[in-house]
Amino acid sequence: MRVVADTSICQGHQLCQAEAPDVFGFDTDADVVVVREEHPDESLRPAVTTAVKYCPAFALSIEEED
Amino acid sequence: MTLADIPEVSMALDDQGADVPAIIKGTGHLPEMRVDPIALFHRVREECGDVGRFRLADKDVVLVSGADANEAFFRAPEQVLDQAAAYPFMTPIFGKGVVFDASPEERQQMLKNQALRGEMMRGHAQTIEAEIRRMVAGWGDEGEIDLLDFFAELTIYTTSSCLIGRPFREQLDGSFAEIYHRLEHGTDAIAYVDAYADIESFRVRDQAREELVAKVQAIISARVANGETPKEDRDLLDVLIAVGYDADMVTGIFISMMFAGHHTSSGTASWAMIELLRHPDVMGDVVAELDALYADGSEVSFQALRSIPVLEAALKETLRLHPPLIILMRLVQEDFELLGHTLPKGTVIAASPRVSNRIEADFPKAEEFDPGRYVDPRQEDLQNRWTWIPFGAGKHRCVGNAFAMMQMKAIFSVILRDFEFEAAQPLDSYADDFTKMVIQLQQPCRVRYRRRVSRLAGARTSTTEES
Repeated sequence: MRVVADTSICQGHQLCQAEAPDVFGFDTDADVVVVREEHPDESLRPAVTTAVKYCPAFALSIEEED
Repeated sequence: MTLADIPEVSMALDDQGADVPAIIKGTGHLPEMRVDPIALFHRVREECGDVGRFRLADKDVVLVSGADANEAFFRAPEQVLDQAAAYPFMTPIFGKGVVFDASPEERQQMLKNQALRGEMMRGHAQTIEAEIRRMVAGWGDEGEIDLLDFFAELTIYTTSSCLIGRPFREQLDGSFAEIYHRLEHGTDAIAYVDAYADIESFRVRDQAREELVAKVQAIISARVANGETPKEDRDLLDVLIAVGYDADMVTGIFISMMFAGHHTSSGTASWAMIELLRHPDVMGDVVAELDALYADGSEVSFQALRSIPVLEAALKETLRLHPPLIILMRLVQEDFELLGHTLPKGTVIAASPRVSNRIEADFPKAEEFDPGRYVDPRQEDLQNRWTWIPFGAGKHRCVGNAFAMMQMKAIFSVILRDFEFEAAQPLDSYADDFTKMVIQLQQPCRVRYRRRVSRLAGARTSTTEES
């Protein structure tokens, strides 16, 4: 999977960091999410899925790769 | 620069008709928007497609729908599409000098510093749980409530307590909610011609605002007479008094802070209850989920911040079918390119959650209440980010949506575990009143409650938790 963050609509709620801290970080200068691990291990899928689902800005997504 | 290449929707109501108030004769689609906005907005999509047009007095309104047009609308920068100027009916409610909405940058700053931060949510969840328990504390073993009265009062307490502070909330009673409701009702679309027109609903609105200012003035005077509030007891009101704002300004600030979270949450809670009563199978699943979730005695304020999938799906489906805001508007500040059209400065552009949320191609059997839409792999909200828009989308997506969902989960966790509900009127008689820009449930909208027998043990547990 590939994790994508749309920083043009991120509102800086930072909930994703609580769900998957290894995958999502935060740029405190720009006040937006940073994807720390674009291709996280499959074991992190549940956490990333939860982060995507509960992002209050709908700024995150998972793209499937073959 | 012209709008001529964008089709204009037909007229369903003669704007010179005998029933049309003199002040809005000849204002195009404004008379229809005042009585049946839903039919108007849906007809724009049916007749004109993704980009259509209607007319409100001297303003052309370009109404977009569908993913591409919505995305362009929601992604446009603030300096191009301005929110504040598009809602003239709000100015007399907030008062002059109080801004309609903060810029995205200011919103982000507010989020960082203040009440809606993720880490504040735990405290808010506890506050909300306590407020709901207070509201139902006086309920007997069975009785009847009016959904609008009940949830409008509850959400006055929750929004004031969470956003302004507990000391201020403790100085409010049911009369504040009643006055606030009259204020919300003063949002007649006639404001697009004259927000201060001499009409009944604006007189009621202005009277209600004066009453709120008087109440806030009394609270301020009492605080000033008491001398300085100890640091640990201070709330936002103390800060505003210290800054030197008068009661009129303070009231305007409070109204604007509470506005976004009040009628929206109140209406959503009411419609969720109505949809659950209309769909007993879903109600059964939700109650079973809550019973299982809380079987170990865990606290509502803890669980409301976590996943409650069946209830969440029912809430999302309620929001899709009954979005509290049916139209979102912006004023075009500089020529704006939209899917091959150029909208000149001064045009109003709008997107309709009500219309987009029911696009059949995105939401199969769109008129049906089906919480299954949000279950993997369908996820029709995430799959349709630009058309599943009960909270709007993009930078302006409702900054309080996580708060709102948590509040809904807390409300239903409390009331569905201790009570069962049934309709007190025909199920198809519950309806919204669309004659004002702020939509509210039409009264009567009554339901009956009965204390759950099988839950007595659980009810005792929660009483213990509270003490």
